[in-house]
Amino acid sequence: MKRFWAWAAIGVAAVYFFLPLLGMLEFSLKMRRGEYSLDAYASVLGDPQFQASFGYSVIMAGLTIVFGVLIVVPTVFWVRLKLPRLRPVMEFVTLLPLVIPPIVIVFGYVRLFNTSSWLPLTGSALGTDFLLLCGYAVLSLPYMYRAVDTGLAAIDLRTLTEAAQSLGAGWITVLARVILPNVLVAVLSGAFLTFAIVIGEYVFAALLDRPAFGPYLVWAGGNKAYEPAALAVMTFALTWGCMALIQAVTRFSKHTRMPR
Amino acid sequence: MAYLDLSALEKSYGANHVVKSFDLGIEQGEFVSLLGPSGCGKTTVLRMVAGFETPSAGAIRIGGQEVTHLRPNQRNIGMVFQAYALFPNLTVAQNVGFGLKIAGLPSREIALRVADMLELIGLPEMGSRYPFQLSGGQQQRVALARALAPRPRVLLLDEPLSALDAKIRVSLRAEIRDIQRKLGITTIFVTHDQEEALSMSDRVVVMNGGRAEQVGAPFEVYNQPKTRFVANFVGTLNALEAIVTDPGAGKVTIQGQPLRLPQAVQAQAGAVLTLALRPEAVHLHGDGDISLPARIAELQFMGSVIRVNAEHAMGVIKLDLFNKPDTPPPAVGEDIALRFWAKDLIALD
Amino acid sequence: MTSSRLWRSLPWNGLGVLPFVLFAVLFLLLPTAHIVAGAFVDAAGGFTLKNIFNLFRPEIINAFWLSIRLSLTSAVIGCGIGFAIALAVVFGGLPRALRGVVMTFSGVTSNFAGVPLAFAYVATLGRVGFVTVLLRDWFGVNLYALGFNMISFWGLTAAYVFFQIPLMVLIITPAIDGLRREWREAAEVLGASNAQYWRLVALPVLAPSLLGTLALLFANAFGAVATAIALTGSLLSIAPILLFNQIRGDVLGDPHLGYALAFAMIVITGVSNGVYVVMRARAERWLK
Ligand SMILES: Nc1ncnc2c1ncn2[C@@H]1O[C@H](COP(=O)(O)OP(=O)(O)OP(=O)(O)O)[C@@H](O)[C@H]1O
Ligand SMILES: [Mg+2]
Repeated sequence: MKRFWAWAAIGVAAVYFFLPLLGMLEFSLKMRRGEYSLDAYASVLGDPQFQASFGYSVIMAGLTIVFGVLIVVPTVFWVRLKLPRLRPVMEFVTLLPLVIPPIVIVFGYVRLFNTSSWLPLTGSALGTDFLLLCGYAVLSLPYMYRAVDTGLAAIDLRTLTEAAQSLGAGWITVLARVILPNVLVAVLSGAFLTFAIVIGEYVFAALLDRPAFGPYLVWAGGNKAYEPAALAVMTFALTWGCMALIQAVTRFSKHTRMPR
Repeated sequence: MAYLDLSALEKSYGANHVVKSFDLGIEQGEFVSLLGPSGCGKTTVLRMVAGFETPSAGAIRIGGQEVTHLRPNQRNIGMVFQAYALFPNLTVAQNVGFGLKIAGLPSREIALRVADMLELIGLPEMGSRYPFQLSGGQQQRVALARALAPRPRVLLLDEPLSALDAKIRVSLRAEIRDIQRKLGITTIFVTHDQEEALSMSDRVVVMNGGRAEQVGAPFEVYNQPKTRFVANFVGTLNALEAIVTDPGAGKVTIQGQPLRLPQAVQAQAGAVLTLALRPEAVHLHGDGDISLPARIAELQFMGSVIRVNAEHAMGVIKLDLFNKPDTPPPAVGEDIALRFWAKDLIALD
Repeated sequence: MTSSRLWRSLPWNGLGVLPFVLFAVLFLLLPTAHIVAGAFVDAAGGFTLKNIFNLFRPEIINAFWLSIRLSLTSAVIGCGIGFAIALAVVFGGLPRALRGVVMTFSGVTSNFAGVPLAFAYVATLGRVGFVTVLLRDWFGVNLYALGFNMISFWGLTAAYVFFQIPLMVLIITPAIDGLRREWREAAEVLGASNAQYWRLVALPVLAPSLLGTLALLFANAFGAVATAIALTGSLLSIAPILLFNQIRGDVLGDPHLGYALAFAMIVITGVSNGVYVVMRARAERWLK
């Protein structure tokens, strides 16, 4: 009886979730009249605007990951090692991007960094790109921070650090050669999640007026028929890929870690 | 028929036969321990009594009533789990009163009974605390009170002390036994700690591979183990090889020295027989039926007792000496004679 | 001597977190503070509560009210269905492998929000969508003749629920795992029925997690913009879209009203996230 209800719940949920996915897949294949084809995909992939915006977003995602890692890892490391009393503050600050709606944050950017302000980042394309990068880093901060923090919690930071220093390593060496490899899995999980968040992000890019993939998606949605479905399928596959990679690195690390 | 009667219980999980022809009768007010190594089926037996598992065959009766297929909530049984079993969202008093509330007692009566129970376990002031505000030992006492509050017919305890640290374990042992005596409640106590089982119980059931190998008072189980497994599992044993000379008369030789066992031997003349000997039955001084030359290999000072490993021609014998301040212990490497009496030798099948 | 002591007593350890502090202040705290401050400032730069009062006009009130109803409805539905799925996965006696599949799938779909979700939705329930056509051709049911509208309240709710359910599953499954088998068994030997166990023990233990997740889902939907914009082309009047349009071009005719709008959004998501944090702390106290 219990099993029947369990299967029923899963079954109904599966229908609810698979129908839209199936719907978008089917729709994306319907571009050619009367038969299924990959025309919509060909059309998307051949669109120079797609190539440009997707390329832009991939680069932004990559830069965001690097920037985020550079900001988060040393900080978490330092706070755990030297300033443990700051941890609650860090917890709070890194939770804020989940509390403050992204649209409010970008509103702040637009007003605070406008051309007539003390730091006119929006005045140049490069400056705006940097601002967008920072915005993405803020968006991914809650996930990156938590991933790295749990990763560092799992290793004996003090002993590792002191061991390395007693062998004559400096701080940079300690971070790069000792700490980073040990939290690599955590960093990678955070990185893939960041990638999934950044790649389809819309609000920041639209309001900062940058040619990213998110605004392109909305534009395509308004101007094309079958291509949006193809784009959705591709984004879904990309998201799935990111999650699968997170699972893969986590599983891989379980095999390589010494049993405790 | 005994008050709590388990007859011919069987339990299989698929092809895994976990409990085999298990018979046990427990008198009202008796405290019985199930003792055995990990995985031998102790918990499974207990869970069948509680009603969480249905026996594949056999019957369970309490006070003459067959309960084999009753649901756990209709059996009126008290159970204490290994750990983590207090309801975290309820105070100590609410936890203890849980069964009474379910039974529909008026709240005034519940309050009185809860106060009694908290008095009984020695935590009268703790009623309004939450479980996470108690130490492990206190939590287990509250769990005991909760199990006892509805006045169950039988109390089941599944390794209730194994999550606690050594000191509390020993003091709680005495406390549980005390409360059990006071209430006169029929109790089954599961443990894999032989000291616990021997020190608390009226009777001990030694289990192995799903079977009850021996059922008896602690004294009996320790001194007259019926099988090699029981002898090995309960206490420490020395094994000695003997050659049978006259099976009917129980005559054997150990390293050429003749010896007469108290009972006849089931073996043919010339066969090799393994005899077991408790460490405390071996002496260095005084008399014995036999005397084996040996050399001291190792000494472990354990306080009131000194454990000695002595090498002899056929192996190592462990023996325990009482620590007497005026007699210094022998030194490692010293040659000695191991003496013991034939009546202390246990023939194992 | 004194100067060297002063030198040493300086908070040098603080230097290690300087980059992060700079980053957080510049790109998170300051922009937010700027908005909050702007909500209480008039055109001349003086303190005023006028902007806040100005929020109380019908079109803004209605937009917020729609947003709140939308977020609450999708959060409640997401919570309910997500909870049922999590229960099925944990207690349903389903094959173990299914659990991994459900969790991974939840991870993907909870992140599959925004614009692509809107496209999937259109491809499914739009005028020539998969399900619409299926219903019409096979069952003779014309959804749109029945009054269905994708950009209506319920249409949008159905789209939001798509990412709310998996989020619920992801957060609540560990909490359900925290229910110990011994609690159920202890309740059972004490005479409790299954329903009594759930009413007196399991649900109270889960309550903080359930309420907290509800608050999180609410905030999650309240701040979401992209799905709604991609579906409705910024026509629908919900709070975040109103703000979006205001930032694009001052549609309210009063720049400072935009600040007040943003401030009100922070207050609402802040309150619901506060509930989440408090509830999670309570839940963690038990689930040790
Ligand atoms: N639900 C089950 N399904 C399959 N096998 C089980 C189940 N429960 C117990 N077993 C098996 O039954 C055997 C006996 O288990 P049981 O828990 O009774 O042992 P135990 O004597 O209590 O051990 P321990 O001292 O470790 O608690 C074990 O081999 C175990 O693997
Ligand atoms: Mg057990």
